Amino acid sequence: MGGLAGLWGSRRFRGLVYQALVIGGVIAVGGWLVRNTLTNLELRGIATGFGFLGREAGFDISESLIPYTPADTYARALLVGLLNTLLISALGIVFATLIGTAVGVMRLSGNWLMARLCGVYVEAVRNVPLLLQLFVWYGLVTTLPGARQALNPLPGVFLSNRGLVIPGLDWSGGGWPVLDLPRLAGFNFTGGLTLSPEFAALLAGLTVYTAAFIAEIVRAGILSVPKGQVEAARALGLSKGQTLRLVVLPQALRVIVPPLTSQYLNVTKNSPLAIAIGYPDLVAVSNTAINQTGQAVESVALVMGVFLCISLGLSALMNWYNKRVALVSK
Amino acid sequence: MKLIPAMAAAALVAGSVLAQPAHAGATLDAVKAKGFLQCGVNLGLYGFSAPDAKGNWAGLDVDVCRAVAAAVFGDASKVKYTPLSAQQRLPALQSGEIDLLARNTTWTLTRDTANGLDFTTPSYFDGQGFMVSKKLGLKSVKELNGATVCVLPGTTTEQNLSDFFRANKMSFKPVVIEKNEELNSAFFSGRCDALSSDASQLAGIRAGQASNPEDWVILPELISKEPLAPAVRQGDPQWADLVRWSQFAMVYAEEKGVTSKSVAEAAKSPDPDLQRLLGVTAGNGKAMGVDEKWAYNIIAQVGNYGESFERNVGKDSNLKLSRGLNALYTNGGLMYAMPPR
Repeated sequence: MGGLAGLWGSRRFRGLVYQALVIGGVIAVGGWLVRNTLTNLELRGIATGFGFLGREAGFDISESLIPYTPADTYARALLVGLLNTLLISALGIVFATLIGTAVGVMRLSGNWLMARLCGVYVEAVRNVPLLLQLFVWYGLVTTLPGARQALNPLPGVFLSNRGLVIPGLDWSGGGWPVLDLPRLAGFNFTGGLTLSPEFAALLAGLTVYTAAFIAEIVRAGILSVPKGQVEAARALGLSKGQTLRLVVLPQALRVIVPPLTSQYLNVTKNSPLAIAIGYPDLVAVSNTAINQTGQAVESVALVMGVFLCISLGLSALMNWYNKRVALVSK
Repeated sequence: MKLIPAMAAAALVAGSVLAQPAHAGATLDAVKAKGFLQCGVNLGLYGFSAPDAKGNWAGLDVDVCRAVAAAVFGDASKVKYTPLSAQQRLPALQSGEIDLLARNTTWTLTRDTANGLDFTTPSYFDGQGFMVSKKLGLKSVKELNGATVCVLPGTTTEQNLSDFFRANKMSFKPVVIEKNEELNSAFFSGRCDALSSDASQLAGIRAGQASNPEDWVILPELISKEPLAPAVRQGDPQWADLVRWSQFAMVYAEEKGVTSKSVAEAAKSPDPDLQRLLGVTAGNGKAMGVDEKWAYNIIAQVGNYGESFERNVGKDSNLKLSRGLNALYTNGGLMYAMPPR
């Protein structure tokens, strides 16, 4: 028997060869795609590369967590968009989890009205496309009165179709912050903190939509805990709240966490719908960048890479948490 | 689930860049072979490109498509339209998805060079303006300091706006919404103090979407130059020439007073210029690679530039735009056809 034929007889060796062939094939196809695209872009005289990131963006962005002016670069404009995406996703996840958990628990409560109301909410919201819900939310906030007729429920708090304006703290003086009261100047409010209608509509839309799914996940998780556990806890003299907190939820979590992860990913991945109602997230900013520079392939690749990183990071975090709450059999 | 036109646009580029190798100089042959012109137009901009009550595309930009089809096939109806968003339009042309882009696109240096396009000649000279509520009582764009401005993304408009406010040391807040209808309804509901776009578009939006057009005014100043021109892919001069001369033929016909109604009569005229234009004297068609009656067919089926203008955006339309910069040079405008000889 020759050595090669003998090797081929080994299942392990055959497996390795097949895997190597598949990986080689994938790399070859990928390389061919990239090369072909670059060649054809050049043939058509279309500029390529990421050089545009260092050029002046020249367009303004309505809300930003970091200082930004149109004189800044495309890279910084995209960073502003990324931070906006992260902000809306993080807040969306937090609020959706809180509301979703509450609704999920209430749907199981003994209170008939409460349980039915929660059921109606879940079924209505889950079955209407998110984009339409966003239009409704945005429609609602833009029908608020104009800036000059703003509702003024509390001193220094204004609600209008320019958003919710509340007093803020001005740290610029150094040392102790000064209360910064908003006031109407010209077209708009100046000073204070503004929650824009676009941000509010997107946050409300994402939260309400995702919370409905989370409610169902929470309900399924709680129902997965055997009834005997609850009865045993009650028999031990734990109150209803204590039973839920100490006995039911810890056991339900191991069922809840894996599907919850994909809901969290959905919040992030649904956030680009912002473009429909004018919130400047990463996709909205890159859209403008694409049109001004014409470099669609690079910008979209960049956005896809960033979303991949956010999603993978988020799911790594959730997997780590899942390991911690999973039942360990001893 | 997600509606990301940019992604679609990039997929379009990547997909078609892979699918078909570039073939310079062959657009005319390819168009003739498939039997129709694939023309990229606006998703729906009243007066420029929008489907009419019967579902046929109509407008000033659509007339450019129809003129080119008339020149190539002798039949202005041999056009298939691809409605494109602002973000999709350049990739669609770059990738070969469409043969001609006639979608109120501003001729800029970047688009002409780095983006691999060639513009033929402006079909409409426009400028960026502002529409505001009459109630605000504004007289000038300079009074907009601190205003919230609604604007479409992915257009030169967004950058012009930033430039203008920067140059005048004024501040503003942009509200950037991708869909025309959503943007306009946000504006009309009072989310923004002003709507900024090309003045012709503002007139179209006011005529088509305001519940009471009288309540809205377009401020007199224009803050930019927006020469709207059809575009073709770079590297095919024969095709660019054909589109350019189809446009010139329409303007030249207006200069000469030839209309769709009088073109048959004009072909009998002893005027050598007209004889050359209308193919009575052969030569022009051969030079361009099309039938000698190319210009005759354009004028007979689409009309001269003035007819197209008045029908789509001028006094015979709801927009009621005046000719302004788009009048013939003899009337103080910028429309000037090179001599077709």
